[in-house]
Amino acid sequence: MKNDYDYVVVGGGLVGMAIAYGLAKRGVSTLVLDGEDSSVRAARGNFGLVWVSSKGSRQIDYARWSLESSQLWPGFCQELEDASGMKLGYEKPGGIMIAMNEESLASSAAALEKLHAQDSRLSYEVLDHRQLKQRIPAVGPDVTGAVYSPHDGHVSPLYTLRGLFAAFEHAGGVYRSDARVDLIVPRDGGFRLTAGRQTFDAGKVVLCAGLGNRVLAPMVGLRAPVVPLRGQILVTERVKRFLDYPTLSVRQTAEGSLLLGDSAEDVDMDDGVTPGIIAHIAQKAIAPFPLLKNVRVVRAWGSLRIMTPDSMPVYEESLAHPGAFVALCHSGVTLAAAHCEKLVPWLMGAPRPSLLEYFYAKRFAV
Amino acid sequence: MPNVSLFSALAAAPAAQVSILINDRSFSVPNYMTVAAALLSVGVTQLRETPVSNAPRAPFCMMGACFECLVEIDSVPNQQACMTLVQPGMTIRSMIGARSLK
Repeated sequence: MKNDYDYVVVGGGLVGMAIAYGLAKRGVSTLVLDGEDSSVRAARGNFGLVWVSSKGSRQIDYARWSLESSQLWPGFCQELEDASGMKLGYEKPGGIMIAMNEESLASSAAALEKLHAQDSRLSYEVLDHRQLKQRIPAVGPDVTGAVYSPHDGHVSPLYTLRGLFAAFEHAGGVYRSDARVDLIVPRDGGFRLTAGRQTFDAGKVVLCAGLGNRVLAPMVGLRAPVVPLRGQILVTERVKRFLDYPTLSVRQTAEGSLLLGDSAEDVDMDDGVTPGIIAHIAQKAIAPFPLLKNVRVVRAWGSLRIMTPDSMPVYEESLAHPGAFVALCHSGVTLAAAHCEKLVPWLMGAPRPSLLEYFYAKRFAV
Repeated sequence: MPNVSLFSALAAAPAAQVSILINDRSFSVPNYMTVAAALLSVGVTQLRETPVSNAPRAPFCMMGACFECLVEIDSVPNQQACMTLVQPGMTIRSMIGARSLK
């Protein structure tokens, strides 16, 4: 069996598959080595926002990188839908950040104005209660207003992942599950990877293993400064469409379910759910949308997000072992299109996109 | 495949009967039945239409896992028929598409 590839991508989540698909469709032989179903998988607990508007307050290039991805998403989605024959449930109506008091409305607006002042493409509108009610008639009387941003959208993260698998295989890529990489050894200008009893040789290796990068990156002279951050999500019974815009904590899927979320807890590797957080998420959804009070919750889950110290991505090639890369980020859905279209050419030898100058792990060095 | 229920009642000890309304028709069923069992026993084999594709659906797992047997019970939508015991006077309606919000 041929175990020799141009590129091995370690990790078959949203980051790994977007990069692997980008490599395979550009004609290089690509293998994805993925873990088990029971592996820690941020990509299977995602909320599904393609979100720009609250990002980049500390570094404007993060906002620009997210914006670029949001602009690439319609074409990226079409490719995945064509390859898979599935609808991904993608929409880009713009996003709403609900404010329940004047102070939160003012601070959201100020944050977006600061971004807009640095890049006029990062536009937004402040909506008072009446203006918001025109867009979303279901908002309750306690809502002060909202900030609207035209670049935001949402998508089914699970269909996106399935679409990526289909497109990757269609483009000639090879995927191996139950192949958790234990060891990477640089050798002969390439890399030998060991997964259980199997070995694989590749010219280049791209680490996309999320929290697993912490162990793998040092094997090739890289750093992966990430910690888990748990998010809990509730999903409800399907209801008739009432919410045409995604918000940060409530969105309605194409099939009618509501996803409720936006919690963040530091609980190490525990991906469980807790009654206190579930109740809090439900209350936070009912406050702006009182008509949800009798809607039935059918599932809840916890998932471990990948969080860098400043929540922004890291893209880096090893200086000690060129040809070894690490790609890690918190927003695997939002950035999937940019990873596929803009990051992959760099992995293949094109100049590094100038937007990514900040996103080296060395920025965390003390 | 004919859309005929393959379920039939066991010859069990006689049980008290309760009267229920299914889509405005009155039926008498044993009081120990779940709503899903009651529907199947009287020959109702389509309980709902899925809001995703409008395809007809019927109970599948009978144990609370698949959510295929959703019906409206006493005006509360999307109840799992297989997880709900019949009650005297219960009013059951098919779930056609997604529930609305008031």
